[in-house]
Amino acid sequence: MASFWEYANPLKFMRTSDWLLPIVAVAAVVVTTTGLIWGFFFTPDDFRQGSTVKIVFLHVPAAMMAINIWVMMLVASLVWLIRRHHVSALAAKAAAPIGLVMTLIGLITGAVWGQPMWGTWWAWDPRLTSFLILFLFYLGYIALWAAIDDPDTGADLTAVLCLVGSVFAVLSRYAAIFWNQGLHQGASLSVAPGTRMDWAYKAPLYTCMVGFGLVFVALLLAGTRTEIRARRMKALVARERMA
Amino acid sequence: MIALLTRDLRLALRAGGGFGLGLAFFLILAVLVPLGVGPEPATLALIAPGILWVGALLACLLSLDRIFALDFEDGSLDLLATAPVPLEAVVTIKALAHWLTTGLPLVLISPVLGLLLFLPAEAYLWLILSLLLGTPALSVIGTFGAALTVGLKRGGLLMSLLVLPLYIPTLVFGAEVVSRGAQGLAVNTPLALLAGITAGAVALLPFASAHVLRINLR
Amino acid sequence: MLTVRGLACARGGLPLLEGVSFALETGRALVLRGPNGCGKTTLLRTVAGLQPALAGEISAAPDSIAYAAHADGIKGTLSVRENLAFWAAIYGTRGIEMALEQMNLRALEDRAAQNLSAGQKRRLGLARLIVTGRPVWVLDEPTVSLDVASVALFGAVVRAHLEKGGMALIATHIDLGLPEAEVLDLSPYKARLPDLGAGGFDEAFL
Repeated sequence: MASFWEYANPLKFMRTSDWLLPIVAVAAVVVTTTGLIWGFFFTPDDFRQGSTVKIVFLHVPAAMMAINIWVMMLVASLVWLIRRHHVSALAAKAAAPIGLVMTLIGLITGAVWGQPMWGTWWAWDPRLTSFLILFLFYLGYIALWAAIDDPDTGADLTAVLCLVGSVFAVLSRYAAIFWNQGLHQGASLSVAPGTRMDWAYKAPLYTCMVGFGLVFVALLLAGTRTEIRARRMKALVARERMA
Repeated sequence: MIALLTRDLRLALRAGGGFGLGLAFFLILAVLVPLGVGPEPATLALIAPGILWVGALLACLLSLDRIFALDFEDGSLDLLATAPVPLEAVVTIKALAHWLTTGLPLVLISPVLGLLLFLPAEAYLWLILSLLLGTPALSVIGTFGAALTVGLKRGGLLMSLLVLPLYIPTLVFGAEVVSRGAQGLAVNTPLALLAGITAGAVALLPFASAHVLRINLR
Repeated sequence: MLTVRGLACARGGLPLLEGVSFALETGRALVLRGPNGCGKTTLLRTVAGLQPALAGEISAAPDSIAYAAHADGIKGTLSVRENLAFWAAIYGTRGIEMALEQMNLRALEDRAAQNLSAGQKRRLGLARLIVTGRPVWVLDEPTVSLDVASVALFGAVVRAHLEKGGMALIATHIDLGLPEAEVLDLSPYKARLPDLGAGGFDEAFL
């Protein structure tokens, strides 16, 4: 039985992702399109919200992935700090822009949904606020990577930032909940889709969630491959200079 | 350790140390806000807690890059890292010096600025107390940000981007203490949470700061 | 006593030197030479403990190394005495007076360091080394920007340090006026590039 850590070897990772990436990519496209078409065109309209509710099929999976990707980056950062596998650090680097876009999709679809439902594009609801803060954390993380030349130093510093940032992101989440209650006396707007959801909605929603997960994995594999190649290119250029 | 503290204080207070810049910034902000918002006392009183806290936070941010940048440029940081003192202690002392030269003066001047912004009388005690409890966290978190960006050219702007999101919990609870105090509500919960964040940050962040500083020096 | 065995070190993730071995006996000085960029500074920073070694070992008595780089950590707005007193407090030593005497800084002790000439600043940097009270001096280009007289003074200070049982590891490419020092040329220790062929990717990655 081969150890899981073997995939931390860049060569092994490149070989495996070479055949894995097309499969995941095709699966991602198929599952996501199925889920979205199913959700948009083959579900009944909600008796209160009409067909606006169907944006949930984009909104919820994106928001879910936005958080999951940060958790994945946290795990990858820990793996880098403890075991120093380069692939892990580069995977965290590749995941960040995907997470940023997912957060942005969540925020924008939320605004589009909120406009007809609540009559406003934006409300300082704890959930919305937390997502905006998460967006800022992604920005900072990506900016730090971009600012550092030495790849190992960049990996180390961003990993520590990811750890510390995670703690503060959780704190910010509680602060946002607390702060909103303080202003609105608990009369908060909830983004949570309906109290009880029919299977007619649940099934396509779960399909979309799986689809978004696959899209992330496909993009992550492609991104990590790019980062590994960029890293190797840097190493080769440095060799040229040394020789 | 005391030697490092007195040295840092002395450097901050002597010419070119930049002491007082944060204070001046805080004052200017308290002047600009009424000019922008209008002189209506009721409006100003309503937003005063938030303005004072955001002002304190930005004033703190202004002087963060001096914590390590000067010592990095003249090589003192290399020498301190090889000296027989733990880097965690160096980082803590640096944060303390930053607080004494920036945070504490902000706390002391804040009642005057509260006056300018028509802060309700009941809130003064809570303003001072919340800033006194919260500004140490601002210094410690800021020291972490400064340590992260110490070797970088044009690190100042990046540092703001990294540090400001980390300031959010402190800001929320700090401003909440003051605005609840102004409305005569109970402030125990936000005050306890603010103190908790400060205690946690002071206890744990120096280790992270020292770690990233070592990475940046290698 | 400072012993270095099979040391390899890297800068920016690239191996620069490998297999460097030397031993520094009490009372001796070792001068490291080599062209610019060959890794002198990196080697010294590794010995001083500022960065980890790729391979090999460095053995020295605990708390025996005092490191001095190009920049000597002098604060312009502090006086000469304040600068030295700070480092004495950090290293837990006393003896600023002796350092002031030895480096001929007595007359300047109350002057702000920013008003010193380049040579005087270097002397202050050396006084800082004396103040640390450490036996092993690790010096990076200590005589840069010094005139002939100051280089001679530097030589005398190092010699006095060696006579008292000290050691010095110095990287430089100019003459220090220390004829008794051993010289180690670092050029032969240049790290070989890892093979691209065999295991390839992972190794060439670094």
